[in-house]
Amino acid sequence: MNIATVPPAPLDSEPVTEPSKEQLLEISMGPQHPSTHGVFRMKVVLDGERVVRLKPVFGYLHRNHEKIAESVTYLGSMPYTDRLDYMCSITNNWGYALAVEKLAGIEVPERAEYLRVICGELTRLQNHACLIGFLMQDMGSTGTPLMYAFREREKILDLFESLTGARMMCNYMRFGGCRVDLPAGWLDRAKKVIADFPRFLDEYERLLVSNEILMDRTQEVGVLSRELAVSAGISGPMARASGVDYDIRKVDHYSIYDRFTFRVPLGSHGDVYDRFMVRLLEMRESVGILQQATRAIPAGPIVDPKMKIRGFRPKPGEAYGRIESPKGELGFYLISDGSPNPYRYRVRPPSLINLTVLEDLCLGRNVADIVAILGSVDIVLGEVDR
Amino acid sequence: MYGGTELVGEGILKGMAETARNFFGSFVSKDRLTTVQYPEERELQIEVARDFPFLVYDGADWQQGMRCVACQICEKECPPKCIFIEKSKDKKPDANGKPQFYPAVFDIDISVCMSCQICVEVCPFDAIKMDVDYSLSTDDRFGGLLLNKQRLSKSNDYYRKIHPTEAAEVDARLAGERARQEAKAKAAAEATLATAAVQPASGESR
Repeated sequence: MNIATVPPAPLDSEPVTEPSKEQLLEISMGPQHPSTHGVFRMKVVLDGERVVRLKPVFGYLHRNHEKIAESVTYLGSMPYTDRLDYMCSITNNWGYALAVEKLAGIEVPERAEYLRVICGELTRLQNHACLIGFLMQDMGSTGTPLMYAFREREKILDLFESLTGARMMCNYMRFGGCRVDLPAGWLDRAKKVIADFPRFLDEYERLLVSNEILMDRTQEVGVLSRELAVSAGISGPMARASGVDYDIRKVDHYSIYDRFTFRVPLGSHGDVYDRFMVRLLEMRESVGILQQATRAIPAGPIVDPKMKIRGFRPKPGEAYGRIESPKGELGFYLISDGSPNPYRYRVRPPSLINLTVLEDLCLGRNVADIVAILGSVDIVLGEVDR
Repeated sequence: MYGGTELVGEGILKGMAETARNFFGSFVSKDRLTTVQYPEERELQIEVARDFPFLVYDGADWQQGMRCVACQICEKECPPKCIFIEKSKDKKPDANGKPQFYPAVFDIDISVCMSCQICVEVCPFDAIKMDVDYSLSTDDRFGGLLLNKQRLSKSNDYYRKIHPTEAAEVDARLAGERARQEAKAKAAAEATLATAAVQPASGESR
């Protein structure tokens, strides 16, 4: 903690409340703070309890992901993508596989597409459930909502474990399909988990949606306007909470999402409460997609038979593959020069881009609101810092 | 913008009711008690579990029966580069009696390994597989986690025990290959015999 030596931010609207620089207090939230979801630091300049400036500091978890990817084979980057957003490794695999498939022109068999949709939507369920749990934890609802979310997540992770051999670092997708087929009885277990999930959602909604403490803490807090959301490139549930109708599953028609009927929930206020509600509603839509997909999954091969595991060298060229990950638009940009390693490998992380508007959301709010706002952005530092 | 709530304190009451329901519910339903008393009782690892790689050998002797032929594909493909192989200068007969190179040095640094299973997928000889042993803690942070050839070697019986389905597939495939090779060798031997038989006859006729 130190007294700020920088001049105060220009507040041209209300010169009366402009503080002198002696009154400002600069504090550092993080990098080790339980509410920052990892090693993330915010330099906050306060006037009393009010936020005057906020500067996010990234990079504490930087692991050189993009440069490492240039020195290993295309397949070798697949397990590294698990470690980007470690809450939802399967969607990360999917985004990378999609980019490489675009680059090399690989077709994916139908069964593999269904497997990808099923695993991807299960990932979305557990990510959103946990995010809401963390958000409640940050706002002081110690334990209960988070433990309920983790109880459900446990069931989904058990499914992932029996399919891929790992709970979080699944490493499941391969170029042109998936690594392993479903073990016996997996689909029935998944159907049961999916059928039970709405009960959990009902319970969650009953406890949280009309809770007055939650409403007091979140409504009209951290408002993100539609215009700012579009111009700052915000994607995912955060953009949709501000009323931007932009879901890559709908606009990009990737994979087989055209075959399923689902709606895209939109918010109208763009505050923390809307971000929370959009995720809650999205889980219901995901359950719908999962029910349709588990019913319609066909038999067949799970990987393109032309695809060989050793010696993969795509032709020179470039490709950008993007998917709707639970956090937003996850994109992978690849340039190939015909060698076994990518010439350039770039990740467009939704967490990082969504975090760029943090200052705009927090200005003029209290310190306690920063925690709620940050929680509603849904960041995972593995992805922010890469 | 938003409507107000009807009753002040309703949220707290709901929350307390939920707590009470779960508190008393734990006495009634025993399936809530999911904790495993770890060192005393242990859950079996599931079949597809993976943690660190090991080398499979056939038969009783790990040096004789080692399947690895030091082709170094896994070393090249390993994403965090935790495998170190030194190819032998000489050749030794493998399980089929065919002379093959063998790894003079085969080290895996499991403090670097990230259990991605790519070495298993790229191995054309079914020589490297994933283990399920998780009690690997050691007080030696360098040597204790750098596994050499001997510590990595585990028998095919062990592999059958930890991954029964997968091992059955591998065994069937290897047996098929061996049978094909034997048939080929037999055919080749018969062909040489036949030519040997033909040649003197042709010599006589000349």
